[in-house]
Amino acid sequence: MIELDQAAYSYGGGELLSDMTLSIAKGSFYFLTGPSGAGKTTLLKMCYADLVPTAGNVRLFGQNLRNMTRDDIATVRRRIGVVHQDCQFLDHLSVLENIALPLVVSGQDKLADRANLKELLAWVGLSKRANALPPELSGGERQRAALARAIILSPDVILADEPTGNVDWDMSQRLLQLLIELNKMGKTILIASHDLGLIRTAKSQVQARVLRIYNRRIQLAGANL
Amino acid sequence: MTSLAVLLRQVFSSDGHRDRVVPPTGYTSILTTATSGIMAFLTVFALALSFAADRLGERWSDALSDSATIRISASAQEQDAQVERVMEILTTTQGVKSARVLSDEEQRMILAPWFGTDLPIERLNIPRVIDVTLNGEDFSAKGLALRLRAEAPAAMLDDHGRWRMPLVKAANRLKVLGWVSMILIVVALVSMITLAARAALSANAQVIRVLRLIGAQDSYIATAFVRRFSVRAFVGAVVGTVFASLVLFLLPSAEDPAGILTGLRIQGVEWLWILVLPLFSMCIGFFATRRAALIVLGELT
Repeated sequence: MIELDQAAYSYGGGELLSDMTLSIAKGSFYFLTGPSGAGKTTLLKMCYADLVPTAGNVRLFGQNLRNMTRDDIATVRRRIGVVHQDCQFLDHLSVLENIALPLVVSGQDKLADRANLKELLAWVGLSKRANALPPELSGGERQRAALARAIILSPDVILADEPTGNVDWDMSQRLLQLLIELNKMGKTILIASHDLGLIRTAKSQVQARVLRIYNRRIQLAGANL
Repeated sequence: MTSLAVLLRQVFSSDGHRDRVVPPTGYTSILTTATSGIMAFLTVFALALSFAADRLGERWSDALSDSATIRISASAQEQDAQVERVMEILTTTQGVKSARVLSDEEQRMILAPWFGTDLPIERLNIPRVIDVTLNGEDFSAKGLALRLRAEAPAAMLDDHGRWRMPLVKAANRLKVLGWVSMILIVVALVSMITLAARAALSANAQVIRVLRLIGAQDSYIATAFVRRFSVRAFVGAVVGTVFASLVLFLLPSAEDPAGILTGLRIQGVEWLWILVLPLFSMCIGFFATRRAALIVLGELT
């Protein structure tokens, strides 16, 4: 689904990531770890076509990122749900409208989807906050709303960038359970996180692999995390 | 016609979500509407000026174009013979429908503004005037003038072209000025909408980024802005056109003696042009915003 072939990314004259080769298969569960500034977010951005590698190739659903038009990228992004570190909401729209936005922009805003939307809100525990504006939400609520928006189109892949970075332990466990449930439904999950506790909890419940960015390169971490 | 219907549907069909993805812009939307209104107001006057100049040109062109005057200035002894000769020439001149010598009374009336009504015209050797009515395009003023010079040297032909043509030319220039003004107004409106659209797009770069991240295509994002600007241009143009039409309606008509510009008021089918103005402004808003949006979206990475 997502393939990196000797992909590298340079920024400001220095190489941030180099020689990244990786193949993420359907239904797999990956964690991406590494120290702050190692390039986790950059790698995720290449995985949802927000950045083009400066060397090597990235293929999303078989399409080379270099050959994709803007419309191709839009189409691919409908198959990839992204939970951003800073959530990225439209602050003038309600939580419900923000979550429904992917349906609207892809022209799937039908009544049946509206019913699903209410179910989804209940699933992430935001039924009572549907009409609130994003700035009125707590950190955990924002992350859950971002997760709901990321999965509203039932994407094949879910990428999450530090989804538990701004929430307490209880909320991080709850978010993790939501992601594990999605993986059990067949979704591919890639989470960038340096929360080792979270990774250990996940590994105890699901077959999760851990990738580590070290010295600009990616490596599969051992079992002794 | 089909593409106009598609355009109208895109602009006026209700799409609440698409309208709401771009945050409201407050007073800048009023500025866009107001500018469109002012431009429509000015366009109506430019159109009215152009139509009035056209009417004026036609009127001046038609006026006396089917008539000519022959003045015979000769001594008292020769005058009657010259008049008779000229009348003979006129009966054989192609394009002349009729000709008659003005009576003493008619000549007295013509001279009355300068000499009063008591002028003893029968005792003065005043030139005789022949009023010639023309029949169509076969008439050659140059040919008649040459013939008169040869056969009745005291006769002088005046086909009124000497003063009529400069007036017609002036009216035509006024008409061109009206159209040039309209073109300039359209250019100004396109520039204004393009600038406003670019500013709106740049101010909403974060909104555009979020929309792209969730899979919105550029055409979707562009349409959200296009709809907004097209509706503003349309509403402003409707208000400006209605207001300008009211002002024009209150102006003196061509028949009114106070109508110093012989009637700037729009007449008959000319009103159709006015009705089309708001739609034209909407089209300008649509295409100017769409072009600006696609350029800006191409620039934003």
